[in-house]
Amino acid sequence: MAFLEMRHIRKTFGSTVANDDVSLSVERGEIHALLGENGAGKSTLMNILYGMYPADSGEILLNGRQLHLAGTKDAIANGIGMVHQHFMLIPEQTVIENVILGNRGNPFVLNLKEQARRFTELAAKYGMEVDPWCRVDQLSVGQQQRLEILKALYKNAEILILDEPTAVLTPQEVQGLFRMMRQLTDSGCTILFITHKLPEIMDVCTRCTILRQGRTVCSMPILPGADQHELAVRMVGQEVELALHKQAAHPGEEVLRVTGLHCARSDGVEAVRGVDFSVRSGEIVGICGVDGNGQSELIRCITGLLRPSAGEISICGTDCSGAGVKRILRQGVSHIPEDRLKMAVVKEMDLCENMILMHYDQEPVCRHGFLSWRAARLQGEKICRTYQVRMSSLTQAVQELSGGNQQKLVVGRELAQDPKLLIAVHPSRGLDIGATKYIQNSIIAARDRGAAVLMVSTELEEVMELSDRILVMFNGCIMADIRQADATREKLGALMAGIKGGQTCGS
Amino acid sequence: MKRICAKASGFFTAAVSILLACVITGILMYGMGYNPLDAYYQLFFGAVVGLSALSESVVKMVPLVFTGLSFAIAKRSGLVNLGATGQLYIGALCTTVVGVYVTGLPAALHIPLALAAGCAGGAAYGAVVGFLKNRFQANELITTIMLNEIATELVNCLVDGPMKDLDALTKFPQSKAILDSAVLPKILTGTRLHAGFLLALLAVALYGVFMKRTKWGYELRVVGMNPSAARTAGMSVQRTQLLAMLLAGGFAGLAGSIEMLAIQKRLMQSFAGNLGFDGIAVALLGGNQPLGILLSAFLFGMMSNGSNKMQMLSNVPSAVIYLMQGLIILFVVGRYLYSKKLWEGLIPQRKSRREEVRP
Ligand SMILES: Nc1ncnc2c1ncn2[C@@H]1O[C@H](COP(=O)(O)OP(=O)(O)OP(=O)(O)O)[C@@H](O)[C@H]1O
Ligand SMILES: [Mg+2]
Repeated sequence: MAFLEMRHIRKTFGSTVANDDVSLSVERGEIHALLGENGAGKSTLMNILYGMYPADSGEILLNGRQLHLAGTKDAIANGIGMVHQHFMLIPEQTVIENVILGNRGNPFVLNLKEQARRFTELAAKYGMEVDPWCRVDQLSVGQQQRLEILKALYKNAEILILDEPTAVLTPQEVQGLFRMMRQLTDSGCTILFITHKLPEIMDVCTRCTILRQGRTVCSMPILPGADQHELAVRMVGQEVELALHKQAAHPGEEVLRVTGLHCARSDGVEAVRGVDFSVRSGEIVGICGVDGNGQSELIRCITGLLRPSAGEISICGTDCSGAGVKRILRQGVSHIPEDRLKMAVVKEMDLCENMILMHYDQEPVCRHGFLSWRAARLQGEKICRTYQVRMSSLTQAVQELSGGNQQKLVVGRELAQDPKLLIAVHPSRGLDIGATKYIQNSIIAARDRGAAVLMVSTELEEVMELSDRILVMFNGCIMADIRQADATREKLGALMAGIKGGQTCGS
Repeated sequence: MKRICAKASGFFTAAVSILLACVITGILMYGMGYNPLDAYYQLFFGAVVGLSALSESVVKMVPLVFTGLSFAIAKRSGLVNLGATGQLYIGALCTTVVGVYVTGLPAALHIPLALAAGCAGGAAYGAVVGFLKNRFQANELITTIMLNEIATELVNCLVDGPMKDLDALTKFPQSKAILDSAVLPKILTGTRLHAGFLLALLAVALYGVFMKRTKWGYELRVVGMNPSAARTAGMSVQRTQLLAMLLAGGFAGLAGSIEMLAIQKRLMQSFAGNLGFDGIAVALLGGNQPLGILLSAFLFGMMSNGSNKMQMLSNVPSAVIYLMQGLIILFVVGRYLYSKKLWEGLIPQRKSRREEVRP
């Protein structure tokens, strides 16, 4: 008898069958991967295990004992903890306030100091440092991810569900996370791990279960040297096309020119310090670097969300430094923002309403101030078809889509605009293997149609494969401008760490 | 299908809230020694049966539609407008000035002018809130409440001072009467039903079209639901919220304006009673949706009309109605506690009951 078993789970949302007779069995102390395409039903299954949704039918057994989960409280009481695909933190509160949220202790007295002490102890045990008194909105994404895990552990989780924790992490942070996961399993924890990155599964998992369109395909051990390709084929159900169709670039005239750009973060620290570069039409320029080295601020300056303190930005020959967002978008700029739920969609609105978000005031959607929902629907249908957004209807709210399908919607929407300049920040975040390749090929196709593409990614692989030129950012400066052919992992790695020609650059 | 389901669930919560409030109020009435069934019978009869009763309910409903819209449009943009009262008084004041002191106009010009003045006055007063918020990050909860005080006291001063009608027999603090050329015409003889009702219907329709079909309405909704996405899409959160407050003030101003031109005809102290705050209840119960606002405004109008008859005929104090209105809002606001389970229970779902095995 397995430690944890989910048997014949079925879950429907209206007419969508998210889980259809899914079974899963997990042994104590293993890191069990859950694999599947976007919308396969992984998050839904885990949400059922965490008591967020009741299953329509099926049963959950823990240690041979049937679990009846009426809510997350029951799951927590049974030692189940979950880190969701999207952060569930309250940004305005401190770390410790977030951690104790929902904990049942003494109902009358709140001893934050004592709790903070215990929290710090716990964090130290797993080699993580998070200041309990820091406000959550001041933490980096990686720190927030760690906080989410600690939050679950603080509630004494023995079974830890991690839903795509690595999607937003840098490679270094991923390694840290894996170390911690191994440490956890050594001390008796069981981990359910969702990811779309197969190498990670090879790295850290002992077994995996594959879901396809809401059904279990198979469950198999991960042996060293196992075939990643086979996993991919089982996930998709047919041969997968994983090649990039990329010819040499033929750069045309300059579309984006950034000169001497400086800009300060909200706390006054200079985040971008004198950046110069240009992007020409028909080329893809990739920016890589460890998160938090000014990439985010640089992009926000170019898209008009942040006012640079010095320097010039010109798009298609017109000076756009300090221009408003709308004026910049009107120049034929498309923007795939870094955080889809926060910046790119209105999750309560339906798909159709979200499809027009970035160009709601342009023809054919908008005429004389009036919106044509018919035109919007036509566009929406086309985008959903082209980019294979899995949905039940265009009147569905975006928050009901799976994470990867939300991303497809955002990327599809921007690519469909046929932009002159495409600014893509983490374009394949949360996408499955097939969708990632599809989106990457679409970006290349946009380049071949003459678009200038500026891409930011923390994934070295993606930057190296996709870019014609690579800019490495460190500490607000551009360390190097390398042609794709000259880029190696080692070279980029060293530059990202601030080492140039054997010397460490000043901070 | 989904849409319809969502709409139906909104009506369902409203209905459940009303029902629960009725039951609890009934129990309270019983406890106080009244006969709740008789009271409800009188309330209902007094409010809707017969042309005069029904028309009177509609008359009471008209200003509530406008104050309801005022709260709703601000809410959709992410602001809480507690200032309908102040905007209403300023609207009534501007209307009175035009209605009393502008002479020699034909009705066809005088009425629109008086209405426009009220609307503009309310809108300007609403815009003050938006300006303070944009310029000084002043919380609108506080500024609207403060501006309410200022507006009501301003009217108090004026009708007891410069605008006071000295020719009247009573030395009551009130303005001169609106000129006949500015009075809103009745649309049903023998009742008080006036053209303001048609304006209310028009306003609700415009609100619906504006929110759903225009780019400004779309901006307003996006700003209300996700300001940072709005910024990424190039919308100005500040300008949009200012526009929302302008419109909110305009609606509330029209409430005061129509009340003045059709019913009160003289500006006097605290003439509007609770109209401003009842608008909040109307918008909440109506889920900020056009049809919802129309229906819940009618409900509130009906209750306030019927309560008088109830007090007369079954001796139940009409204050009980306020209690009931309060309960309705409480249940609407607290709907998350019960509505989902109840609603899901109503829609048949194929669910195999899981037996629970206790260890
Ligand atoms: N609350 C909901 N309402 C309606 N449909 C839903 C809801 N949640 C999920 N779904 C649907 O169920 C299916 C499975 O979604 P789920 O989030 O489990 O996918 P996933 O495997 O986690 O995908 P991803 O890798 O993209 O995160 C999707 O088609 C999704 O649209
Ligand atoms: Mg998911």
